[in-house]
Amino acid sequence: MAEEDNHSKQVSRRKFLVRGGLGTIGVLAIGTYIFRNNIRRELLRMVNTLEMPYADNTDKPMIWFEVTSENTILLHSPKVEMGQGTFTGIAQMAADELSVSMDQIYVVHAASATGNVDSVATGGSTSIASLWQPLRELAALLREMLLEEAARKMNVAVNQLTIEDGVISGGGKSLTYAQTTEGVEEWKVPDKPVLKNLKEYKYVGKPIARVDLKAKVYGDPIFGMDVQMPGMLYGAVVRPTKIGASFISADTTDAENMPGVVKIISEDDFVGVVAHSMIEAENAKEAIKVTWEISNEINTGAIIEMMTVGNGKSTVIQKSGEALEVEDDFVSLEFRSPIGAHAQIEPNGVVASVEGDSAIIKISTQVIGITRKEVAKRLGFDVEKVNVVPTYLGGGFGRRLHTPHAVQAAVMSKAVGKPVKYFFTRKEEFQHDMFRPPTHHVVKGKLSTEGWLTDLEHHFVSGDVGNNSALIPGFLPPIIGADIGAIRGGFIQYTKVPNYRSVYWHVDLPFATSWWRSLGLLANTFAMESFIDEMALKAGKDAVDFRLQQIGDEVIDVRLKNVIKAAAEKANYSEEITNGRAMGFAASIDAGTPCAQVAEVSIVDNEIVVHKVTVSLDPGLAVNPDQIRAQCEGCVIMGLSAVLYEQMFIENGELLPTIYGPYQMALMKNAPKEIDVILLQGKDTPGAVGEPPLGPIGAAIANAVRRLTGERLAELPLKLPKTT
Amino acid sequence: MEISFTVNGTSQSVEVADENTPLLWVIRDVLDLKGTKFGCGKAACGACTLLVDGEAVRSCSYPVKFAIGKKITTIEGLGTQDNPHPVQQAWIDEVVPQCGYCQPGFMMATAALLNKVPNPTDDDIDENIINICRCGTYYRMRKAIHKAAKLRAESEMNISEKV
Repeated sequence: MAEEDNHSKQVSRRKFLVRGGLGTIGVLAIGTYIFRNNIRRELLRMVNTLEMPYADNTDKPMIWFEVTSENTILLHSPKVEMGQGTFTGIAQMAADELSVSMDQIYVVHAASATGNVDSVATGGSTSIASLWQPLRELAALLREMLLEEAARKMNVAVNQLTIEDGVISGGGKSLTYAQTTEGVEEWKVPDKPVLKNLKEYKYVGKPIARVDLKAKVYGDPIFGMDVQMPGMLYGAVVRPTKIGASFISADTTDAENMPGVVKIISEDDFVGVVAHSMIEAENAKEAIKVTWEISNEINTGAIIEMMTVGNGKSTVIQKSGEALEVEDDFVSLEFRSPIGAHAQIEPNGVVASVEGDSAIIKISTQVIGITRKEVAKRLGFDVEKVNVVPTYLGGGFGRRLHTPHAVQAAVMSKAVGKPVKYFFTRKEEFQHDMFRPPTHHVVKGKLSTEGWLTDLEHHFVSGDVGNNSALIPGFLPPIIGADIGAIRGGFIQYTKVPNYRSVYWHVDLPFATSWWRSLGLLANTFAMESFIDEMALKAGKDAVDFRLQQIGDEVIDVRLKNVIKAAAEKANYSEEITNGRAMGFAASIDAGTPCAQVAEVSIVDNEIVVHKVTVSLDPGLAVNPDQIRAQCEGCVIMGLSAVLYEQMFIENGELLPTIYGPYQMALMKNAPKEIDVILLQGKDTPGAVGEPPLGPIGAAIANAVRRLTGERLAELPLKLPKTT
Repeated sequence: MEISFTVNGTSQSVEVADENTPLLWVIRDVLDLKGTKFGCGKAACGACTLLVDGEAVRSCSYPVKFAIGKKITTIEGLGTQDNPHPVQQAWIDEVVPQCGYCQPGFMMATAALLNKVPNPTDDDIDENIINICRCGTYYRMRKAIHKAAKLRAESEMNISEKV
C-alpha cells in the first residue's frame, strides 16, 4: 500500500498492463493510485452538493486507453451514453491531453470485466464534471509515458520532442504512438502528470459534433434492444396489472404446449417463458394463468389524499429566522404534480448468457456495478464471473437505474443453457415504471409594506426518489434526514428574505417511485417559482427585479443573478402582453448550475401554446457548447411535455394509461419553434448540465399563463379551465 | 408460408409461421436489420417507421402479408455514409440525435413527407411528423427537415442539370 501511495515509484506491471495481439498493440493505462483519495473526496462532495460522484470500484487494473496499431486511441468510458453527450465531452478532453485529433479517438463503453466502470451510476448530471480532472490526468499520464518511451527509442531528449496527432517528433525523427508502444517491457510512470494549459486545448470548449452522430443517423445496431448472440432465445416474464399484487400460484399447462415454447421457468418471485421468438414468448406468457393476491384497489383520489402536506414524517431541510404563525397575515398557495412516467422509447431489455459459472449481460443500464452485483448474487456467482457489457441507451432519464430484468434474464438463460433476450412490452413499461412521485406543495409568504418578502416557506411532500434505491449508500438517508432526490430544487434561493424555511414531508406510496430526470427539481421549482411570481404581482413589482433584489451574495447567488439578468435581457423580458403573447419568468439552481428561462406563451383555442423559450445557463466551463445547448433544448421540450400533458392515474389499483397517446406527450407540433440558449461561465471547471434546465420551465409557462388569463394554474399538468 | 418482397433493393423471401406477424419483427429478427426500432407495438410512437412503396408505415402494427411483392426501405437502405440521403445529411448537419433511438423512425417519416411535399411548411411538418422523441430533439429536427428539403431540391437540380 505504501508503495502505491508513492507516486514517484515506478508502477509495477500489476498496475500497468501492456496487451498485444488482435491488431492491438495495446497500452492499458490504469488509475487506481490516482483515484483512491478521490473517492473519499467525492463522497464528501456528494453529501454536500447532493451530486453523484464518479468512483472507481476495484484495486484491479482498469483499462482506460488502448493505443491501436492504426495509431488510434480507444477510450473505455466508465460512464454510459444515453444521449447526454458524455462520450463526446470525454473524447474532447482526452484528445486534447493526448495530443491526438478527434478522428483518432474512439469511445466505447467499458465492460465490467475490465474494471473501468463507474460503481455508482451514470446520472445526476455529473459525468463530465466528475471526470474532468481524473480523465485528463490519466490522458496526460499516458502522453508523458509515451513521450519518455519515444525519447528513449529515438535517443532524443524529451524537451526536444513535440507531439501532433499522435506522432512524436524531434531531432529529425518521428514515431507514432503505436510505434512507441512496440516491445515495451516496463513503463516508466511520471511522478505527477502535468496538465496542459486550457489555452492549448483545440477541442475542449468547441462545438464538436457528437462522436456517435453517424452511428445514430445510419441506424447502426448500438442499443441494448439490438443485441444478438448466437443461439439466442427470447424470454418473457409474467407481471401483474395491479399495484401491490403478490404472486400466489401459476397454472402453466396451456402455455407449455404453445408453439415455439422451450421452457417455462417458475421461480419464487417470478414466472417466465423462454421461446424461439419474441412473439411466441409473449403469446405463451399470455396463456399462463396467474393467481395474484391483490392487497388493495386504490384510485388516484386516495393517492392525492395521502400526498398532502402534514401527512407522514417531516424534516426541516433549510431554515433561517422565525417560522410563520397561524395568526400571521400571509399568502399561502398550494401546488400539485402528478405521477410521471419515464416513457423512454427503448423499452427496458437485456440479453443474458449464462454458461457454467459465468455470465455475460448485455444491457442498457445506468448502473453497471449494481446490475453486476445483483446478477452475481442471484446466480450465486463470484462477481468477477459476471461481465456486464453496457450498450448505448435508448434514453435513460433515471429509468435504467433499476435493472431487475437482468437478473430474470440470467435465471432464464441458466435454465435453458442458451442466451436469452428479454424486454418489456410498452404496457409493462407504463405499469411497472419506477415513476416520478406525485408531490404536493404549500408555499407561504408575507410581504413587507415596501413589498419585499419578510417570510417565505416551502412545505412539500413527495414519495421516494433516492430512498430505498440501491444507489444510495444506506448510511446517507439517516445523515441527511430527507430523500436526497425528492429535495432537489426544494430549497429557498431567496436568502435575503429574513425568515425562510423549507420542510420536506415523506409519505410511503403503494407503488414504486424513483429517479426521473432532475428528480424533485421539476415540481419543486414549479411550485416555488409560481409562488414568487404571484408575490411579485401582489407587490406590484417587476418579476425579474423582485427576484434579483432578494437573492443573496454568495458565489452561487451571484451566478444565479447573472443568469437571471442574461435571460431577461436576451428575451427582452416584459410584463406587457404583445400580440396576444405574454412572457413568464422562472429561475432555479440544480446541482450547482443556475438556470433562468423566459417562456413566450399564447392561448389558442383554449390551449396553452409555447412559442419561444429563452434559456440562460451557467454550467461553468463548457466542454462542448453545442451539446450543452442540445441538453437545454431537450430539457425545455421534455419539461414542457411533463408540465403540459403528462400524467399517470390509478383506477381500481391499475396504473394507467398503458400506451403513448393516452399518455399524452409533447409532439413536434407542441415544441417551441424558437429556443434561444445563452451560456454563461461563472466558474472555471465544468458543472452539471443534463438536468438543471428542467427546473424553470413549468413555472415559466404557468407565469406567462397567469399574465394572459389572470388564472394561477397550480396543478401539473397545466390545464386551462374549460370554456363554455 | 413464404413471403417475398424487396428490402433495400434486394429481393428477399422469408418463411413465417403466421402471415399476420408484424413486418417489424421480420425485418429485425429474421433479416437482422436492427435500424428499425421497437417502441410500443401499437403504432403509437413511430420508432418502427419504414417505407413500403415510398409510404411511411409503422411496421410494428403492419402484418407482413401486406408487404408481399412490395418495396421496403429501412434506414439501412435510405443512404450510405458515402452517399447519404438528404435527410441523413441534414440530420448530421444539425446534430439532431441525442439518445438516437427514435431517430431512424423520424428520418423515414421525413423521407416519406418530402416525397409528397418537397418543401414542407411548419404546419406540414406539424401535421405529418407525429412520432415521439423523449429526448426532445424536435427543435433541431424541424430545422433539419427544412434543411433536408433544401438539400433534396439542390440534388434534384444537379441531376436535372446533368441530364
